[in-house]
Amino acid sequence: MNSPSGERPAQLRVVVVGHVDHGKSTLIGRLLHDTGNLNEHRLQEIRAAGERRSVPFEWSFVLDALQGERDQAVTVDTTRIWLRLPQRDLVLIDAPGHTEFLRNMVTGASEADAALLVVDADAGVSEQTRRHALLLDLIGVRSAVVAINKMDLVDYSEARFGQIRDELAGMLQRIGIAAQTFVPVAARDGDNVVRASVNMPWYAGSSVLDAITALESSLRAPGSLRIAVQGVLRRNLERIIVGRVAAGAIAVGDEVLISPSRVRARVRSIESWPPDGRTEAHYGDAVGFTLDGAAFVDRGDVISSPLGAPAPATEVRARLVWLGRAPLTSGDRLGLRIGTRLAYVEVKTLERVIDIDSLAARDTESVHANDVAEVVLKSRDVLAIDTAGGHAGLARFVLIDGLDIVGGGTVLAALDAPNAATNDLVPVGHLFDRDQRAWRNGHRGAVIWLTGLPAAGKSTLAMLAEQKLFERGFQTYVLDGDNIRAGLGSDLGFAHADRSENIRRVGEVAALFADAGTIAIAAFISPYRADRDRARRAAGTAFHEVYVKADASVCEARDPKGHYRQARAGTLKDFTGITGDYEPPPHPDLVIDTSVISPPDAAAQLLEYIERVVRLEPGATRSANA
Amino acid sequence: MQERSPSLLDELEARSIAILREAYFRVSPLMMLWSMGKDSTALLWLTRKAFFGAVPFPVVLLDTEMELPEVYDFRDELAAAWKLDVRNELCPPEASIDPSLPPATRAAARKTAGLRALIDRGKYRGVIVGIRRDEQATRAKERIFSPRAPDGAWDVKRQPAELWDVYHTDVPDGHHLRIHPLLHWTELDVWRYTQRENIPIVPLYLARDGKRYRSLGEKNITNPIASNAATIADIIAELESTTTSERAGRVMDHEAEDAFERLRTGGYM
Repeated sequence: MNSPSGERPAQLRVVVVGHVDHGKSTLIGRLLHDTGNLNEHRLQEIRAAGERRSVPFEWSFVLDALQGERDQAVTVDTTRIWLRLPQRDLVLIDAPGHTEFLRNMVTGASEADAALLVVDADAGVSEQTRRHALLLDLIGVRSAVVAINKMDLVDYSEARFGQIRDELAGMLQRIGIAAQTFVPVAARDGDNVVRASVNMPWYAGSSVLDAITALESSLRAPGSLRIAVQGVLRRNLERIIVGRVAAGAIAVGDEVLISPSRVRARVRSIESWPPDGRTEAHYGDAVGFTLDGAAFVDRGDVISSPLGAPAPATEVRARLVWLGRAPLTSGDRLGLRIGTRLAYVEVKTLERVIDIDSLAARDTESVHANDVAEVVLKSRDVLAIDTAGGHAGLARFVLIDGLDIVGGGTVLAALDAPNAATNDLVPVGHLFDRDQRAWRNGHRGAVIWLTGLPAAGKSTLAMLAEQKLFERGFQTYVLDGDNIRAGLGSDLGFAHADRSENIRRVGEVAALFADAGTIAIAAFISPYRADRDRARRAAGTAFHEVYVKADASVCEARDPKGHYRQARAGTLKDFTGITGDYEPPPHPDLVIDTSVISPPDAAAQLLEYIERVVRLEPGATRSANA
Repeated sequence: MQERSPSLLDELEARSIAILREAYFRVSPLMMLWSMGKDSTALLWLTRKAFFGAVPFPVVLLDTEMELPEVYDFRDELAAAWKLDVRNELCPPEASIDPSLPPATRAAARKTAGLRALIDRGKYRGVIVGIRRDEQATRAKERIFSPRAPDGAWDVKRQPAELWDVYHTDVPDGHHLRIHPLLHWTELDVWRYTQRENIPIVPLYLARDGKRYRSLGEKNITNPIASNAATIADIIAELESTTTSERAGRVMDHEAEDAFERLRTGGYM
């Protein structure tokens, strides 16, 4: 299993799960010690800390290194333990058993290749055992070793071991987890942890350690090419597409398909730094590549081979674990992160909740925290969908409500082809309101009104902001003198009354843009306060006044169009700042002083403001009946 | 094309590069802390790989003016050679730090105060930090994208779920994210990678007169260890057999049982 370079192979990551009192921490402490991996310094620290509190040493102390956890004697969050073995490194991920820390258990499991499931031989299979097994399947961990622990409490009884093994084997099979090995263990004394047990001569199988190391990484099934595009990096005129190869391989000359646009393109180069002349990349690589032609690729797209591409769909059936505080009900609107894409979905149907005791499905009207459920989600956009049976890596999603992660799961099936999908989010004949448009766009509309002296940097700022917003998927448009004066205001001159009328028109148009869901960036000197106030009245709360400030001397020194010079020479009349007045805003929503910061910094400041004000507030993505 | 199984270092590297790119595309404004130690220097190298030679955000040194002189020299050489946008952030004096902390912990807390001031001033939403889970028990609990309250506090009891590599990067205004691209590496991994990639290091890591620094902190609170490891290969061999922990030479870790945890919940790296 050595790589071609002869280097050490990748780690095997194993999540340790099971009921809170079944002895996970003890087993891990023992594994560390018996493989010679327990750091002497740390062991001493832990023994000393125990002595200071007059508590007899237990192996679980090795893991309970956090103050808060020692006090409660339970594991709150996942932690990682490295086992250095001769052939390869093993990472044990200790996940909490308590249901209230389920999000931490799921977090730990989502990093694992395989699981070590710990069950108390005396207490037997518990609700938490079943729940954890169900979650392992949901997270995509389908290979497990089972340690039946505390055999010392049942007199090392072969019959008791067989009874629990048979019960568990049936349960795991129903869930879909392949349990390779069942090991009878007394972790406290090290029986069958690393060494064979003298107390259980009837057991001739592997120790826990041998069973885990035997798992190898047949676990990672490569398929045909999948890359979720993280973004595009510019280098001179090139656009380097970056993302991690989630499956398959990519090479120069390959034809690839971009989803969801379904456009084909050919790979021109594989990029690397320092340049090493490579022409291909494989599963697991963080790749950069360029495409021939003008194919447009953006963050959230999926790159695949033309055959076996992900299915375009707007409606999916998914299995999820709900972590939200409020119950999930049909009609809820949530953010969905899948691959590198952020989409907005509505919960169309709650199909069933899995009953933890019986593992049977039952109908439901709401899904509560820590429930595992199957639901139908409907997206406003076409998504590139892989399913758990195929490319598991890109079938996984998390759900977001406002700023919080409220669930995660995997797609089981794509339910529609995009052509068949009619837009039934809003019944025909009803007017769309602002909220619906905002929800569809993923952000609110707004009027960002940039006012300031000539050459203060309004247009530069507007263009930079527009470009960035566009790249990040916002609906945006710049209104400035160039595109307004050419048509809408072509009958107007530059006298006071004409300028007022021009600004009035811009204000009305900008308000309509905002109402239609777009971020309209208006870049106008707009010297008079009364004119700007009128524009504010047109757009209402969507209006944001940004004072692009710069000292008059700085603006005059810049003078990119030569207007200041002409005004000084008297060839340009009514020029604001020289022969016309400018009334600065008394209470602007934002001030950007371009005489002290660079254009990119100014644009960053503006972008940050815009992204904040157009963001859908927490809860705004939930429907009214939630 | 035939299937290959990735090597340990290839897998670690690819994952870190993917995390750095997620940070870059999702979090702005963004900066990286650079202590000139082996970890954050390896992280800089990974950043250059992720962005094809460039480091597209500022690189910040939280300066207590107590680093060893070799460390400052190293900063200046690398900053010039790698064309880094290095910002030197002078930390507040020790007199302004919580007097209830033990002395060396207080010295370390200066960095927390410096970092907080910098974040406030620059309105940063993301700070990339080269910590690893194997360094210290509390760091083992960390998320890769780890949210912080406006005062920098880390609420270890209420960390959000982090599922697969679908990272969550949305935080309320005034909060920020600590981003940890090296979280899944071990000390040995970093040295093996430094050797493979030929990444420069501060010479203090290599033994002179029977002593070397295993972990580089400020000169007032870090002690060298006894060692004859004069090359990176020697260091790797030494680590493969050692059973003392990496931070054993860091005074602040040993002043009180919960000293490091108190530092971290208060916003330390």
